[in-house]
Amino acid sequence: MENNLAIKDKNMFGFWVYLMSDCVLFAGLFATYAVLYTSTYGNASIQTIVDLPFVLTETIILLTSSFTVGLAVLAAERGKKTLTLAALTLTLALGLAFLGMELSEFARLAAAGSGPSQSAFLSIFFTLLGTHGLHVFLGSVWMLVLMAHVFYKGLSEGSTRKLLLMSLFWHFLDIIWIFIFTFVYMFGAL
Amino acid sequence: MTNLFGILTLSAFVHGPIETIPQVVVVLAGLGTAGLLLYYKKVGWLYKNWLTSLDHKKIAVMYFILSFVMLLRGGVDAAMMRVQQATSLPGSPGYLTPDHYGQIFTAHGVIMIFFVAMPFMFAILNYIVPLQIGARDVAYPFLNSVSFWLTVAGAMLVNISLVIGDFAATGWLAYPPLSELQYSPGVGVDYSIWALQIAGVGTLIAGINFLVTIIKMRAPGMTLMRMPIFIWTSLGSMMLVIFAFPILTVTLALLALDRTLGMHFFTTDLGGNVMMYVNLIWAWGHPEVYILILPAFGIFSEIVPVFSQKRLFGYTSMVVATMSIVVLSFLVWVHHFFTMGAGADVNAFFGIMTMVIAIPTGAKVFNWLFTMFRGRILFTTPMLWFIGFLSTFIIGGMSGVLMSIPGADFELHNSLFLVAHFHNMIIGGVLFGFFAGFTYWFPKVFGFTLNERIGKWAFWSWIVGFLLAFMPLYILGFMGATRRLDVIDPSWQPLFIVAAVGVCVIFLALFFQVLQLIVSIRQRRQHVAGGDPWNGRTLEWSTPSPVPFYNFAVIPTVDGRDAWWQMKQGNPPERRYEDIEIPKNSFLGCVIAACAFALGFGIVWHMWWLAAMGAVAIVMCLVARSFNEHTEYTLTAAEVAKLESSYGK
Repeated sequence: MENNLAIKDKNMFGFWVYLMSDCVLFAGLFATYAVLYTSTYGNASIQTIVDLPFVLTETIILLTSSFTVGLAVLAAERGKKTLTLAALTLTLALGLAFLGMELSEFARLAAAGSGPSQSAFLSIFFTLLGTHGLHVFLGSVWMLVLMAHVFYKGLSEGSTRKLLLMSLFWHFLDIIWIFIFTFVYMFGAL
Repeated sequence: MTNLFGILTLSAFVHGPIETIPQVVVVLAGLGTAGLLLYYKKVGWLYKNWLTSLDHKKIAVMYFILSFVMLLRGGVDAAMMRVQQATSLPGSPGYLTPDHYGQIFTAHGVIMIFFVAMPFMFAILNYIVPLQIGARDVAYPFLNSVSFWLTVAGAMLVNISLVIGDFAATGWLAYPPLSELQYSPGVGVDYSIWALQIAGVGTLIAGINFLVTIIKMRAPGMTLMRMPIFIWTSLGSMMLVIFAFPILTVTLALLALDRTLGMHFFTTDLGGNVMMYVNLIWAWGHPEVYILILPAFGIFSEIVPVFSQKRLFGYTSMVVATMSIVVLSFLVWVHHFFTMGAGADVNAFFGIMTMVIAIPTGAKVFNWLFTMFRGRILFTTPMLWFIGFLSTFIIGGMSGVLMSIPGADFELHNSLFLVAHFHNMIIGGVLFGFFAGFTYWFPKVFGFTLNERIGKWAFWSWIVGFLLAFMPLYILGFMGATRRLDVIDPSWQPLFIVAAVGVCVIFLALFFQVLQLIVSIRQRRQHVAGGDPWNGRTLEWSTPSPVPFYNFAVIPTVDGRDAWWQMKQGNPPERRYEDIEIPKNSFLGCVIAACAFALGFGIVWHMWWLAAMGAVAIVMCLVARSFNEHTEYTLTAAEVAKLESSYGK
């Protein structure tokens, strides 16, 4: 048992360290955004792109998914398998809805002649949001795998621990999104 | 309808006469290795004992082999450059075409940093860190295997560029706009990007792995301030890996997006900003040099007390100096491009920070000297490497501080003075440190000591060759020779010839090192090491040599700094064996790396189906691993007792 706790502690710590390194990755992208966001070269600028009600909807969806993933972890800790799976399904649906909205925004921009290869600003705009979106996508895949674990093998200490790590990842992506919302969209709307 | 092979055509296999030689050599080496393995029926043995092993000690040995093979390749590149520069004058432009010459100096830099120095460092960390902290393995043995094989996949991408296509001719950091598609339309830069990207992910995972190992897996009683200095410097180095390598990933990804998807981060048109790349790459690049040098400092901090037969002088100041370097190394990156035009204030700040970082380094030098002071010094080969390091590293450090003055740097920027400076740090500092560690810990790994006499020949050839090869470059830099020239001014030729002779002496040193290995292996029965051949002070020497696969039959309890030294003074504790959990072998590390190789190769040649398959397969491997609950087996206490008695304990 003591051995088990040591492993739990080790994985949790290691995962936090990974999250910090991912944070540095996003810091690099934000720094590049800060340098390049005025380099629009006559194409779309952030002021023309930003659509606050749309982004607010995205934000609410993602924040709600953070709430539901928290519910899933609480349910798992209480050993309630059905409730865990239901909360995870809801989280996954919200995550996919977010991704769908993001992709529709990308498609709209590209159709309007403002694709990622049109200016330095558009390159970093698509890359910063796309990297976050890719993380959400990978998080969704991870969630699906964990749902399969829980569905076939039931809840165990191991699966609850993995759920906890996945939820950390999900919350982390929320925080990154808050930064995107603030520094890209809100500042852009000013 | 796009082509199945992307942009790969048969012309990618056709090279000029000189490029054909390495092409044939690589193919023959591959076929030869496979042939020998089949002939001696060793494939199964290799698979079972090495390729699938999760044992940190075996992964360490494999890291070393990778590093040594790549050292030979990077060394040949260096020799080719030296011959070119010694023989090329206006009117008779040497034996290499400018493009081929460019590929050689690029490959030399990429290989020496990423595929020689980094794997050599991880070889030593892998072997020594768990043993010195009294642990049975690293925190995540499976990820350790993934890290190693990803590094191999990166190295193989660099090597396959000799056979299919070409390599970057941009210099090792691939500065845009030269590295953009407009000016480097071939696949060379893509090979470079994806080799580093794949190896870089491996390094990042390894960084997290070792950080967690050091923080969470120390033996009972080993508080932070009781850790050996090598553990401290490894910890510092891994902290730098975790904070610096994501920046490299971002930088290379943005360059790849420019080249592959037509974006405009660093292009000269549509708003791209070249200096953003240079800033980002050095925000990784400067910590990188400390990632390499800190473990070398740690190795010396282990060797000097043992061979001075005294405890280390100034342990606390060593710790403080190490951690200061970790922080300061993120505050000096602009000194790589004072000529950018950031203005006097910015340059002054980074110039001063660069001088400041020399202070903790200097403190370490004095600590080592005071450790030697009034010690009973044994002049073994590791100690010779240390003294060689100290003498050359101080020259390199001085030249570095000289260049930290922006005004001086404007003169010396991009000159051979700079090239001499950083080779002074990387060879005299990093490489000598790793050679010292290699000689010092070799008996722990293989159970017999290396031949001292040939080791000393190798050392003296190295230091003479090094001085001959690089001191002329300092002078040439002052004479106005810039780096990466394929044709030189006639007045520089004598000094270039001296440098070329120096490289010949270095090759003699490499020959002695190989000879030392061969002779030592043949005489291994006369030089059996036992557990503790040097009268060591740290825990790795408390184990038998070679170390059993479970490391410690009984996890030691630590009472002070030189844990093993103290144990040797006291009574041996009672040994009560218990069951040990050992990770089972896994072939998934190899498979994931093979998929990563396919991913990289697919992107380089625009074979999107291959890249997509590689990416999906990696995810599937990880999912499959997550469903495997039986990743460990138990070695019972009785079995441990039986194995231990066979070691005569």
